[in-house]
Amino acid sequence: MRLKEIPISVWIGMTGIIVALICAFFAPWIAPYGETEVVGDVWAPASDQFFFGLDNLGRDILSRMIFGARTTLFVAFCATLLSFTLGIVMSFIAATNRGWIDLGLSRFNDLMMSIPTLIFALVVLATLPQNMPTLIIVMAVLDSTRVFRLGRAVALDVAVMDFVEAARLRGEGTAWVILREILPNTLSPLLAEFGLRFAFAILFVSTLSFLGLGIQPPTADWGGMVKDNKDGIIFGISAALVPGAAIAILTICVNLVVDWLLRRTSSLKGGRGDA
Amino acid sequence: MTPQSLFRPFVAFSRQFPLAANILRRLLLSFVLLWAVTVMIFIGVEALPGDFATTYLGQSATPEAVANIRSELGLDQPLLTRYVTWLGDAVSGDFGNSWASGQSVSEQIGKRLGNSLFLAFFAALVAVPLSVGLGLLAVRYRNRIPDKIINILSLAAVSLPEFFVGYLLIMVFVVTFPTAIFPSTVYDGMDFLTRLESIALPVATLVLVVLAHMMRMTRAAIIQVMSSAYMETAELKGLDGLRIIIKHAAPNALAPIINVVALNLAYLIVGVVVVEVVFVYPGMGQYMVDAVTVRDLPVVQACGLIFATIYIALNMTADILAIIANPRLRHPR
Amino acid sequence: MPELLEVKDLKIEATSYPPGEDPVRITIVEGINFTLERGKVLGLIGESGAGKSTIGLSALAYGRGGVEITGGQALLDGEDLLAMNRKEIRAIRGAKVCYVSQSAAASFNPAHRIGDQVIEASLRHKLMTKAEARERAAYLFDILGLPEPESFGKRYPHQVSGGQLQRAMTAMALCSRPDLIVFDEPTTALDVTTQIDVLAAIKLAIEKTETAALYITHDLAVVAQVSDDIMVLRDGAMVEYGPTEQIIEQPEEDYTRALVNVRSIKHQEAADQKRKYFEMSGIHAAYIGGVKVLNDVSLHVPKGQTLAIVGESGSGKSTLARVATGLLPPMAGEVRIEGEPLPAALKQRSRDQLRRLQLIYQMADTAMNPRQTVGQIIGRPLTFYEGVRGAERDRRVQELLDQIEMGEGYIDRYPAELSGGQKQRVAIARALAAKPEIIICDEPTSALDPLVADGILHLLLDLQKKKGLSYIFITHDIAIVRAIADSVAVMYQGELVRFGPKSEVLSPPFDDYTDLLLKSVPEMHLGWLEEVLATRKIESAGN
Repeated sequence: MRLKEIPISVWIGMTGIIVALICAFFAPWIAPYGETEVVGDVWAPASDQFFFGLDNLGRDILSRMIFGARTTLFVAFCATLLSFTLGIVMSFIAATNRGWIDLGLSRFNDLMMSIPTLIFALVVLATLPQNMPTLIIVMAVLDSTRVFRLGRAVALDVAVMDFVEAARLRGEGTAWVILREILPNTLSPLLAEFGLRFAFAILFVSTLSFLGLGIQPPTADWGGMVKDNKDGIIFGISAALVPGAAIAILTICVNLVVDWLLRRTSSLKGGRGDA
Repeated sequence: MTPQSLFRPFVAFSRQFPLAANILRRLLLSFVLLWAVTVMIFIGVEALPGDFATTYLGQSATPEAVANIRSELGLDQPLLTRYVTWLGDAVSGDFGNSWASGQSVSEQIGKRLGNSLFLAFFAALVAVPLSVGLGLLAVRYRNRIPDKIINILSLAAVSLPEFFVGYLLIMVFVVTFPTAIFPSTVYDGMDFLTRLESIALPVATLVLVVLAHMMRMTRAAIIQVMSSAYMETAELKGLDGLRIIIKHAAPNALAPIINVVALNLAYLIVGVVVVEVVFVYPGMGQYMVDAVTVRDLPVVQACGLIFATIYIALNMTADILAIIANPRLRHPR
Repeated sequence: MPELLEVKDLKIEATSYPPGEDPVRITIVEGINFTLERGKVLGLIGESGAGKSTIGLSALAYGRGGVEITGGQALLDGEDLLAMNRKEIRAIRGAKVCYVSQSAAASFNPAHRIGDQVIEASLRHKLMTKAEARERAAYLFDILGLPEPESFGKRYPHQVSGGQLQRAMTAMALCSRPDLIVFDEPTTALDVTTQIDVLAAIKLAIEKTETAALYITHDLAVVAQVSDDIMVLRDGAMVEYGPTEQIIEQPEEDYTRALVNVRSIKHQEAADQKRKYFEMSGIHAAYIGGVKVLNDVSLHVPKGQTLAIVGESGSGKSTLARVATGLLPPMAGEVRIEGEPLPAALKQRSRDQLRRLQLIYQMADTAMNPRQTVGQIIGRPLTFYEGVRGAERDRRVQELLDQIEMGEGYIDRYPAELSGGQKQRVAIARALAAKPEIIICDEPTSALDPLVADGILHLLLDLQKKKGLSYIFITHDIAIVRAIADSVAVMYQGELVRFGPKSEVLSPPFDDYTDLLLKSVPEMHLGWLEEVLATRKIESAGN
């Protein structure tokens, strides 16, 4: 692929993602203050010293944003990776075996999807202990249902092609058929889906944190920062809007890249529901 | 009797009345799904690690106190017994008492469910015509400037978290230009217009959140219909544009659009949760979030079940409308 | 009085939008001239991509999906259609010029009754009253041979068969008494025995209503039956244009000559056909759900010979291939090579058994993994069956490429970089790489241009001679059967109707079905349609 084929919107998207990644990786070196360090008055306005001002406890918002990038991206990325592994493995097993295995997995998946994701998460989080691994696993399991649906559709599309049958007729084993014949032909829609799920995971973890059910204080994360500072809004203090905007901008950036990937592979079908 | 001869009357029925048979099948599926959801929400959740009595009393509780509270809440009964009791009560509209307040869950939910539906209804009232209209506009100017602008804006809109949109609206319309009301409190005996005024911002938030999805899906559905061969036939018959749309496109586009609307109404129901928290609106979403925070399981289960029921019912409606709109099923061979 | 239709110097362009690049203008058709008299039929013939549909639609001033008519004139009764405004052209479409598409099934609106759609244009253009239009529709249904012409229009499109729908679409075009009808491959999607009836119905209707027509098709034998003049097209340009008789009997251009004598192969039928090298005996097969698709089929092919299996879609001929390869284990019966039974299911067959039987698919496009190079595609069987790797593998791949007459420079290419004929050759090389004894060819040439197809058939026969291969050649094209087969099996609705040496199977006395099938295949001479209709034993199976 030539670089000049990539449209400007994708460059914008990639730049946003890279900035967020740099913040996440090098947070302790970039951030001017500590994650939980109280450095001034509650809700002090923006100044040369504190770029975005201070939060509800007098901590530096910019520093917490940078540390928050680390938490938010880490949780979203882990959850997406796990959900993808789970969804793809299950869907490929279903698509290549068909029969009862496919029927059972698909019906169970339908059942999981018949409860809205957020509601399901709320019900489950009401009983599970509140910590980061639990959060990641819950997000991953719930989201893997969407991956399963797409993965199965894409794999079935490819699995009925003559060249897959030709490989079977040659006597190739299941591993060869999946890894060498089916997978290479499903990579681009799956990559686009990964981006889409990642964007959704960022929104989802932020929403849960905003509701007070995600990442627990004092660890900084963008959704939680909105929750911490939301009471300031009514007094005209925009501290809550800064992390909110960060979530929005990062998600837009991811979606810009995904949208381009999807248009390049529009010939391959598959659902993109994320309700 | 062989299994085949057992099925024969059903097969004959579905041949003769495919429409009715398909609708019945879809209804039946929804009930099975609903039942499975009750199993997951009750048994599945209680099988998860975590002891409620300990959570309820805190870590330092004495074993006697834990045992007392367990028997008080009925937790010492076998799981299956508790499920059957719970399901029986739930079907008759009784969800037990809240662990936190001791009050009847059903009573508390009743009013709040009404509030949530009130909010969702007005959001839908604005969002549905607006997004279908914008979808039509995007198709009308397909691949031209208006379509591209709508596309970019909708891409941005699906990326915005609900709470960000909400607080942004509060910042603009409450703080900077004080025109709207915050928090969006509603209470008994409030007159209709005041009530509408107080939900203006949450409705706007919900509309913004659901608009982009619905519009994109409408656009795709209409483009699908417009690109079919029978639309070309109509064009080549020399029919005028209006007749082509009313007579040939509309009957076929209606089903997918209804489907899109129903699916997004389901989405709206979920969106309500966050929006209610942002605007401190006394609906079911906020009630559920509060209950989850204090681990008030009966309330969480009741709310979860009601949300899931609405969601399943809307999805079912979408499918059934699609079945009814299918001429192949309406006019069997 | 001017000609009905006069097309002058037509130029048609399309805009394509490659992702991420600026839109590109492509010329689809250039420099087309022809005239059409009232009541006459002009045949436009060419392969897909020759631009024939695009030219046909210019008579309605219509460009399909991004296609634009950018130059020339299309004069209808002396008035230029291409210079008209939208309102004027709307008055012509559906009234003076009508269109019949290839896929009537998709072209009827599923939401309305057939009758209402047939008379819609006549009513909207205020050409007749509703009662008159209904009466005319019933008349047209009658002459087109549709059942119960009075009530046929009350049905919905999905309630009638494909052949009937194609006739109904012809009725729809004829209803408003147009001066000109554009037929765009109206019989291509139909089975061969259904095609002949629809063709006859269209011809009769054209004669009775005295309308003129542009008849677009890729099948010269079909167009020869209905048209007065023929224009041969290739790559958007005219190759030859003249009266039907001249084009068929004295073609001037090489391309036309190739089209007329498509099957140039003469293959002498083998004398000894008794030895059963590959054999299928007493095969019964059904798909999940219990629908029986093969009923007691027994046939065999000797070493180094070709067995052709002919039949229409649904006859079970492709299922036979699935049983032979083990993809569909039969309910009863046995598959044997040299008398040794093969396990019924694919998974139970040994690697060597799999190697001996190879398959070539109809669509070379989907038969090869688009993410593998030619070298990987052909090389994999070498590695898989013989363990050949590295430089030795490359050498063997090149050897195979030489055998399929492709030569150097293809090993690192991807299938998308090859032409249709080259892809099919690579597919043949992949089969050869396994050193097979039997190759099942599932309509390997039906998706190809006739000239390219001819080359593939020559190649297959050459390889057979050199390597002593046995072919099971599945096809619906009797001309191919005549050209290459030693023995022939005729399938109909899951049963073997007729099996034996080609000379016996294709000579009278015939059973009813073989008679119908043989007579339904359009032949390249004038008056064939009338002869056949006069001598057929039974009506087509599809109606």
